[in-house]
Amino acid sequence: MEVTSYRSETAPVMTSVSKWKKRIPFIIAYGVLGLTTLPIILMYLWLLLSSFSEQMKYGFIPVRFTLENWKFLWTSVEHGGSELPSIWTATWNSFVFSGTLTILEVIIGVMAGYALSRLEFPGRQALMKTTLLLHAFPSIALLIAVYYILNFMGLFDSLWGVVLVKTALQIPMTAWIVKGFFDDVPWDVEWAGLIDGCSRLKVWFTIVLPLIKPGIAAVSIFSFLSGWSEFLLLYTFILSDENVTLASYLQRLISDPNLVNYGLLSAVSLFYMLPVLLFFIFTQKSLMQVSVGGGKRV
Amino acid sequence: MGSVLKRWKLPAVMLGPFIILISLFYFLPVVLIAILAFTSMDSAMRWDFNGLANFQKLVTDPNIGVVVKNTIIYVGFTLLFNVFFGLALGILTTYFIQKESVGLFFRTIWMLPRISPPVVYTLLLLWFFDPSEYGVLNSLRALFNMPPDKWLTTHPMTAVILANGLIGASFGMIIFSSAIKSIPKDLFYAASVDGASQWSVIKDIIIPAVRWPLMFVTLWQFLSLLTSYEYILLLTNGGPLFESEVLALYSYHKAFQNFEFGYGSAISLVLVLIALIFSALMWKWFGMKKMMGSSRIE
Repeated sequence: MEVTSYRSETAPVMTSVSKWKKRIPFIIAYGVLGLTTLPIILMYLWLLLSSFSEQMKYGFIPVRFTLENWKFLWTSVEHGGSELPSIWTATWNSFVFSGTLTILEVIIGVMAGYALSRLEFPGRQALMKTTLLLHAFPSIALLIAVYYILNFMGLFDSLWGVVLVKTALQIPMTAWIVKGFFDDVPWDVEWAGLIDGCSRLKVWFTIVLPLIKPGIAAVSIFSFLSGWSEFLLLYTFILSDENVTLASYLQRLISDPNLVNYGLLSAVSLFYMLPVLLFFIFTQKSLMQVSVGGGKRV
Repeated sequence: MGSVLKRWKLPAVMLGPFIILISLFYFLPVVLIAILAFTSMDSAMRWDFNGLANFQKLVTDPNIGVVVKNTIIYVGFTLLFNVFFGLALGILTTYFIQKESVGLFFRTIWMLPRISPPVVYTLLLLWFFDPSEYGVLNSLRALFNMPPDKWLTTHPMTAVILANGLIGASFGMIIFSSAIKSIPKDLFYAASVDGASQWSVIKDIIIPAVRWPLMFVTLWQFLSLLTSYEYILLLTNGGPLFESEVLALYSYHKAFQNFEFGYGSAISLVLVLIALIFSALMWKWFGMKKMMGSSRIE
């Protein structure tokens, strides 16, 4: 009797100790992840809090709620003695820039992706190799030459010029991703259409294209967001105020040494990031898949 | 003759815009850079050939020593940070955290810096390193009664490496976590039945399985770190003086700040050549030919 009671008391303790021992690596794992991830969460939380408060105690504890920082939405902002252009001009320009980029990229990418995936033509292998190589090519090192070309074409300081450059820089990647989507469409679908007497182009447009709609949607979102976030090209190739985009607008505010108003800065940042955050929340899964499966298939 | 035309028409139409874009903004710039590097072009945009003068200037440039040293430190340490941290995140969020939703949550948070527009991300870092008592680091120092430090002036290189490292880590994380997910579960079960320690699971199962992704990420990140300077431009602009100036940014500054297009091109040409050599290596090691099946129609 005594023996059994002894057993029943110690046995659970023994198992829980060994269980704990087994769990230690997992606890450490959670700890490390939590510790490294927390600062990131806090930073973005700060962005939100700081934009709605009058002042931040010790830099990160919000004091008193205010909408003062969001005034830039209806009045213009002073910057180094001169007025910044309206935020709505910048928003419209950013929208036009990203929208045009998306349309161009999707149309050109879908056409090229189909050709690379399904058509037989001389130089196909060479073109595919080039497309893949351009992925890794340090295009940003070529800005000087791109500047010369834009200047020559009379497209310097024009949003259209930068749209063309940005499209070109992204198109090898997009074409390659779209090629992947077309590769997944069974050949039987196309053969069936051809046997029914459709032309190749018609089969493509009416049968194959609808099949890769989800892929096209993902690519569109991807390219819109990358246009919306673009900074370097716009900073380098756009000078005039009427062509200002949100990225340059925010950068000008940040680089003003006389104005370190984190309230205003974080409000503008949040406003600028809004589409990115929305897209990210709603499409996060498909975005992750594109950047894994489609981006670089290795 | 007619049939030849017919055969060529569809690929030509589909690939036309794609080929025009990549010729205009990849091939032409490469040729232009290679020619510009041998001229003394400045803001007057005249083609005055001066032989190897730019390269002589490059070798004797009083700043080149510190710039090259910075480039090596920047690329080396950021690469280490990216690859190791990316691998750690990948292992932690896929192997140690078995619950897919929790792993996904952490990975999503880590994607935030990557999807944030560069200007917004820089603002967060500027606030983090703010020289006044309101910066994050200085608030923490104030807790221990230490005076605020001008982080971006005293430790510009560390800040730059950290900024790029946080972004680069998520790239590795995505690639590695999908590689780890594709390891057959049986291997892990077998290991745990055999009583293998966590460390030996990592060392003997996970690391060998991600060997190729590891090499790929290292090379890919090497290429992009060597030629990208967007975040440095925004965070420190190479300063103070030349303390965080890297080769790619030096070329940018020479061209777009001092308007020495010829000299800037010479520096870019050196970078492009290094990048091309490493792209060729990448090509050879990763045998990308297997991804290019031939067309099965016609």
